[in-house]
Amino acid sequence: MTDQAAGSASIASWRIFIARSKVMRHYGVLSGGLMVAIVLAVALLAPVLAPHDPYQQALLNRLKPPFWMTGGSWSFPLGTDHMGRDYLSRLMYGAQISILIGVSTALISGALGTSLGLAAGYFGGRVDAIIMFIVTVKLSIPTILVALAVVQLVGGSLQIVILVLGLLLWHQFAVVARSVTMQIRDMDYITSARMAGCSSLRILMTEILPNVLNQIIVVLTLTMASAIVIEASLSFLGVGVQPPLPSWGIMIAEGKEHIFFRPWLVMIPGFALLFLVLAINLLGDGLRDITSPQGRG
Amino acid sequence: MLKFLLQRLALAVAVAICVSILTFGLLGATIDPAIAIAGEDASAEKIQALREAFGYDKPLYIQYANWFGSALQGNLGTSPYFGLDVSKLIADRLPVTMKLGALAISFAIGLGVPLGVIAAIYPNTWIDRVALSVAVLGQAIPNFWFSLLLIIVLAVQLELLPVSGASTASSYVMPMIVLGTNAVPAIMRLTRTGMLDTLQADFIRTAWAKGLRPRQVFFKHALRNALIPVVAVTTIQAAHMLGGSIVVESVFALHGLGMLAYESILRSDIPTMQAVILIFSGFFIVFSALSDIINAYLDPRIRVA
Repeated sequence: MTDQAAGSASIASWRIFIARSKVMRHYGVLSGGLMVAIVLAVALLAPVLAPHDPYQQALLNRLKPPFWMTGGSWSFPLGTDHMGRDYLSRLMYGAQISILIGVSTALISGALGTSLGLAAGYFGGRVDAIIMFIVTVKLSIPTILVALAVVQLVGGSLQIVILVLGLLLWHQFAVVARSVTMQIRDMDYITSARMAGCSSLRILMTEILPNVLNQIIVVLTLTMASAIVIEASLSFLGVGVQPPLPSWGIMIAEGKEHIFFRPWLVMIPGFALLFLVLAINLLGDGLRDITSPQGRG
Repeated sequence: MLKFLLQRLALAVAVAICVSILTFGLLGATIDPAIAIAGEDASAEKIQALREAFGYDKPLYIQYANWFGSALQGNLGTSPYFGLDVSKLIADRLPVTMKLGALAISFAIGLGVPLGVIAAIYPNTWIDRVALSVAVLGQAIPNFWFSLLLIIVLAVQLELLPVSGASTASSYVMPMIVLGTNAVPAIMRLTRTGMLDTLQADFIRTAWAKGLRPRQVFFKHALRNALIPVVAVTTIQAAHMLGGSIVVESVFALHGLGMLAYESILRSDIPTMQAVILIFSGFFIVFSALSDIINAYLDPRIRVA
């Protein structure tokens, strides 16, 4: 008994070793993961790292250029915005908003979509037909347009944006969870669990969900990226998170007023946004390559 | 084929009706349109009068039935903000968005297909890597920021193009690039995988063995077969692209449907909002049906299943 346990433990650690070396060899996962970790660290440590209060206005210090330009100084490394707020500090606190939106939206839509997908794939038949019809309807709803309309009508705030995006971005989870479930629902171990008298809920949660999780994590990362971009777009259009919160979309919108003479006000938060989205996409694409080699393209 | 076609059309109609019910319910539940028209500080009598005038005092399902009935006759109501027939507003704005969509999809095909072909002819070389990086970057870059980037470089620094508006043909160049770039990654990746698969097929070996020139093998034999799935994906991408036009048209002040949507949302103009959302989902429904039908036509296995 103990031998067996030790054996399975060593097999488990061997598996982890293989998985890890695969991860380590995969350039996309490595660089993407590192880039995400950087943004995450900046977001979490913003209160420590930020040189200034991101909301502190100083009208005497308005529109200072970043340090590498003439007139720039190290006291405001990335310069200041139109209200004299330190741009670097706002950028760091902005990372918090993006990460928060990305993670919470992906969790809400992930829970919703995965449950629907599991049910559709496991029960099949009429349940599957109805759920797939709902997915088709969802797909036909223009995401940005409806998000804009609802957030504008209800009133923009962080919670509303998260909730609306969570309700709008679940379809991919449903499609993926459904197809994986269909592949495994007739396997012997599922049948034997059913023979043993397990309830459908229990089979779904303990037998099927763990096998779907790999693919769900990939969708989770990619949904996170689109949630972050949509939040920034909504906030840029003035219908999302509201000022004075330092959402990168708001920073770009405010910088747009100065696009002719101070283009860095648009460039800096934009590059931050691109960096984060690129990082998450690299990580997600890489994870997909590792979990399903045939999904490469 | 006919049976498949009819089934697909029935599905499209059912989806369209569901979307219209959903959006109607969503918009009706989140806001009192009478207050939106009159303003927050209007008197209670004025709001009540507006409610009765527009029929907002009736239950939502009756409002929907009325709206649906007149929508079938082409009457989408009157916009309280613009003071015009919504159908007229849409007819005015539609050509701009259609033109933009057509240009953008041509741009995406023009860039995505050659990139995919070159990447597949030289797999795992620096050419392949550059093409893949373009795809990865194109996927990650946010529309609205890419628009501003182009404005900074092409309009402000190089002074090649107008910053915004739709007065001349050159006003379409930047919006076309931004929207088109959205679809490049999917088209490029699919062309590349399609080409790579096809190049390993027996008939390509035969073509080489016959002594055909590389140009003939690659373009006449391989590309034709590789492009079959690309056609279907391009139609879906075109639909997604039109959804993205709301952001791009707003940045470039291009007076198309996307801009109309944005304006109506900012003014809480419910009838216009409702109609524009439906038009955009209509585009998607039509294009995805089209994509399914093209797929079924090209691949008989789908229509049997």
